[in-house]
Amino acid sequence: MPAVIKRIIFFTILILIWQGIFLLGIWPESMIPSPFTVAETIIAGFADMTLVYDILASFRHLLIGLAVSLVIGTLLGVLLAKVKLADETLGTMILALQSVPSIVWVPLAIIWFGFTEASIIFVVVIGGTFVMTMNMRIGIKNVAPIYLKAARTMGSKGMDLFFKVVVPASIPHAVTGVRLAWAFSWRALMAGEMLSTGPGLGYTLSYASDFNNMSLVIGIIIIIGVIGSIVDQLIFQRIENKVLKRWGMEEAA
Amino acid sequence: MYLSVNNVGKSFPRHGEEPLKALETINLPINQGEFISLLGPSGCGKSTLLSIMAGLTEPSSGSVSLENERITEPGPDKSMVFQEPALFPWMSVKENVTFPLRKKLRKKEQESAVAHFLQMVHLSQFAENYPHELSGGMQQRVAIARALAMDSGLLLMDEPFGALDEQTRQVLQDEVEKIWQETKKTIVFVTHSIREAIKLSDRIIIMSARPGTIISDFKVDLERPRQQKDMALLEEDVMAILKKEIESVMKEELQHAGSH
Repeated sequence: MPAVIKRIIFFTILILIWQGIFLLGIWPESMIPSPFTVAETIIAGFADMTLVYDILASFRHLLIGLAVSLVIGTLLGVLLAKVKLADETLGTMILALQSVPSIVWVPLAIIWFGFTEASIIFVVVIGGTFVMTMNMRIGIKNVAPIYLKAARTMGSKGMDLFFKVVVPASIPHAVTGVRLAWAFSWRALMAGEMLSTGPGLGYTLSYASDFNNMSLVIGIIIIIGVIGSIVDQLIFQRIENKVLKRWGMEEAA
Repeated sequence: MYLSVNNVGKSFPRHGEEPLKALETINLPINQGEFISLLGPSGCGKSTLLSIMAGLTEPSSGSVSLENERITEPGPDKSMVFQEPALFPWMSVKENVTFPLRKKLRKKEQESAVAHFLQMVHLSQFAENYPHELSGGMQQRVAIARALAMDSGLLLMDEPFGALDEQTRQVLQDEVEKIWQETKKTIVFVTHSIREAIKLSDRIIIMSARPGTIISDFKVDLERPRQQKDMALLEEDVMAILKKEIESVMKEELQHAGSH
C-alpha cells in the first residue's frame, strides 16, 4: 500500500476519533470543538482573508529574520572555523546560546523594541542564527583533506582555495544549516508573534485564546504544523537530498 | 639530473613517544622521461616520499630538487594523482578537468584542451556528467585527465589503481603506459603490486619498512608492451628481494599484536 494511502487512512481515523470524543459530550464545545467546526473556522478565515493576511505577515517576519540569521550565521561560522581564538571563546558562548529556547528572548525583545515587528524579527534572527553558525563551522572544518591536497597540487591557494574549494565543499553542511535555521526560526516566530500586536499567525492564536475561540486556536495550530511540514519536506528536504546526492554523500536513509 | 632526492629523512612526532621515523637518508636520482615505481611493504614511507616530491609534505632533513630547483610547495611544475580520485563532486567532469587550466588559458583554449585530455582517457562523452554518476575506474580516469591538464613534466601517482578491480586496473595500466609514451612525462608511481611495477617501470625502487630506506634500485630491461612470460621471471627476482622485508614487517606486527 502506498504511504499516501496509509496517511489518508490514518488521518481519517484520527478525525473520526476526534469527532467521536466530541459527540460523547464529556467536555464542553468550548474545550473540544468538532473537527468540522474547526474546518469551517479555517475556511471562513481564508474566505474573509484574515488568515491570509496573518500568513503573509508571518512569512514576511520569517523571511526577513531568516535572511538576516543566515547571513550572520554564515559569517560567524566561517569566523569560528578559521580563527581558533574565536572558536575557543565566542564558540563556547554560541554553543550556550543555542540551548536557550527562543521564547526566552521575547521579554528582552519587548523591552528593547517594544511591541513592534522589530521585536518579532529580532526573536526570529536569534532563533536561526546559532544553528546556522554551528553547521557552517562544521562544514568548513570538515572539508575532506584530500580536496585541499588535490587543489593545492593544482596551484590553488589562499582566497582561490577558500572560495573555489572550501566553500563549495561545505555546501552540504550549509544546506542542513539553512533547513535547521528555518525550523528554529519558524518556532521562534510563533513565540515572538504571540506577544505582538499583530497581524500574524502567532498573534491571532493568542487573540483567539483570549476570546476563548477554541476552534480558531486549533485551526491555527493545524495551519502552523501544515506549513511547517510542507516547507520542510517540499522545499528543504528536496534541496538537501539533491545536494547530498550530487556531493556523493547520499546515505541509505 | 631532472628530479633529485638528496638525503631525505622524515619523522613524525608522536605524543609521549619517540618520533616515528618514516624515511631515512633517501637518495634517488631520476632522469627526465623515466617511469619510476616506488615499491615496498605498507608503512615503508613510499607515499610520504611521493608527498614530499609533490611539495605537500616537508622533509625533516634533506631536500628534493626538480630541475635544480628545491621543491618547497606544490606548484604547476608537478601534478599528482591520488589513490582516491579526489574529484570535486560539485563540478562536472569538464569543470574538474578545467580546474588547473582556469587561470592559464583563455575560455576557448580551455575548451579544446579539456576535450583533448578527456579524449586521451576515453571519456569524451562523459564531459557533462558529475563524478557520482561514474564508476570508480572512470573517476580515476578523470583524475588522470585533470593531472595531465596541468601540463607539467612530472607526474606523481600515489597507488592510483589501488582501489580498483583487477580488470579495470589492467586497462588503466595500459592507458597510463600509452600516455607516458605519448607525452614523454617523467612518472613516479607508488604501488605495492610487484606485477604493476614490473609492467610499467623503467626502474623499480624497492624500499624497506620503518624507517623507509631504499634497498634496491632495480632496472627493468624488457621491451614494451611487456609480455606476461617475460615478466614472470622478474617477478620472482623482485619478490625475493621484497620477501625478507615483508617477513620482517609481518613478524614485527605479529609481535606487536602479541604484546597487547
